[in-house]
Amino acid sequence: MYQFNWRPVFDNFGLLAKGLALGLGIALLALAIGCVIGLAAAFCRVHGPRWARFVAAAYVELVRNIPLLLIIYFVYFGLPLLGVSLFDNIWSFILALAVYAGAYLAEVFRAGIEAVGKGQIEAARALGLTRLRVARRVTIPLMFRIALPALGNTFVSLFKDTSVASAIAVPELTYGAIRINVNTWRVIEVYLVVGALYLATCYAIVALLRQTERRLRGIH
Amino acid sequence: MIDLVVASAPLIGRGLLVTLGVSLAVLVLGSLVGLAGGLCLLYGSRALQWGVRIYVDALRGIPHLVLIFAIFYGFPALGLQLSAIAAGIVALSLFCGAHVAEVVRGAVASIPRGQADAAAAIGLAFRDRLRHVILPQAVGRFLPAWVNTAVEIVKSSSLVSLVSVVDLTMATQQIVGRTREALLFYGVAALLYFAINFSLSLMGRQLERRYSHG
Repeated sequence: MYQFNWRPVFDNFGLLAKGLALGLGIALLALAIGCVIGLAAAFCRVHGPRWARFVAAAYVELVRNIPLLLIIYFVYFGLPLLGVSLFDNIWSFILALAVYAGAYLAEVFRAGIEAVGKGQIEAARALGLTRLRVARRVTIPLMFRIALPALGNTFVSLFKDTSVASAIAVPELTYGAIRINVNTWRVIEVYLVVGALYLATCYAIVALLRQTERRLRGIH
Repeated sequence: MIDLVVASAPLIGRGLLVTLGVSLAVLVLGSLVGLAGGLCLLYGSRALQWGVRIYVDALRGIPHLVLIFAIFYGFPALGLQLSAIAAGIVALSLFCGAHVAEVVRGAVASIPRGQADAAAAIGLAFRDRLRHVILPQAVGRFLPAWVNTAVEIVKSSSLVSLVSVVDLTMATQQIVGRTREALLFYGVAALLYFAINFSLSLMGRQLERRYSHG
């Protein structure tokens, strides 16, 4: 019978808590940068000239079909070999995750842009707004409201993806688990706690998002 | 450059085979688990529905890598020896099963109730209703989502490299470390993953078209 010993986990709980916070921060930053990339790619795909459409489509299709880990390795190990040594491990990971997220968000935003009513755009144009202003004042705000649930889901999966950052020694939650295991070898206890932490955080985020959605819907 | 690629081809080839093998094993195991799980969610007793619901929802909140580590390092602590590749396959199959269960449930739930009622009215037994009426119609809705799951699994299979399985990702890492040709070999790996997943997607689209006509 396995003898549980929770002490090593709770003695090192600070490591896990810090890791969890770092993971959330990284996911949030990657989401923000990914939104910028995704928005650009979505507009290119819907309104861009032919070459921009092609580039955006190629980016989306390529990135969505290759593993995140490969992108991480390329940014962290590959770029320095090519003479680009700008990023430490944390920023390499954030960049990789943002590029990865951008491809998924591009599709989310594209669907959002296409769901914005033609009449709304025509009305704004008829009022004399320039194309750029229409995009900024009409399309994007309406699109974000449509895209909000998908945006939330993307955040949750990005947060889960931060566990892969342990591959390049980013001290997030999974890396915290590895560290504690190396020192104490209480594998079962550590992963039970870490799994529960991920699970609870994911569901807390989802609950928070649902509430925000409800409140936003209440306004209109 | 060409002789570099030629020299590395055997390692890349072996890695590719491992990636394909792991993905295939996970898809077969996971789909079986998922089919059973989905039918439990739809037709199981209340206790069974609850059990499967907890399994599906719990796995949705845990990163794939954490479960791979937990099984790879945890099982030996419980006295069960499991190779790295087996640990990876078990962990990813559990995720695949949870996904597929939800996909199966969604596909069957999307078939109008009248179909099942009509099949019952003409006297078909439960099993025949399922086999001849419900499942053939659900397949069209099931396949696109299943193909998405398959693409995710091929991508997640790269995580087994982190428990030291030499799959395509690990093979690429080793070759880049040795040759320092980052662009070339990460590019090759990216293209190979892309080729696998893109053909999966194309196949899915074709199947979808075939089944969308009933």
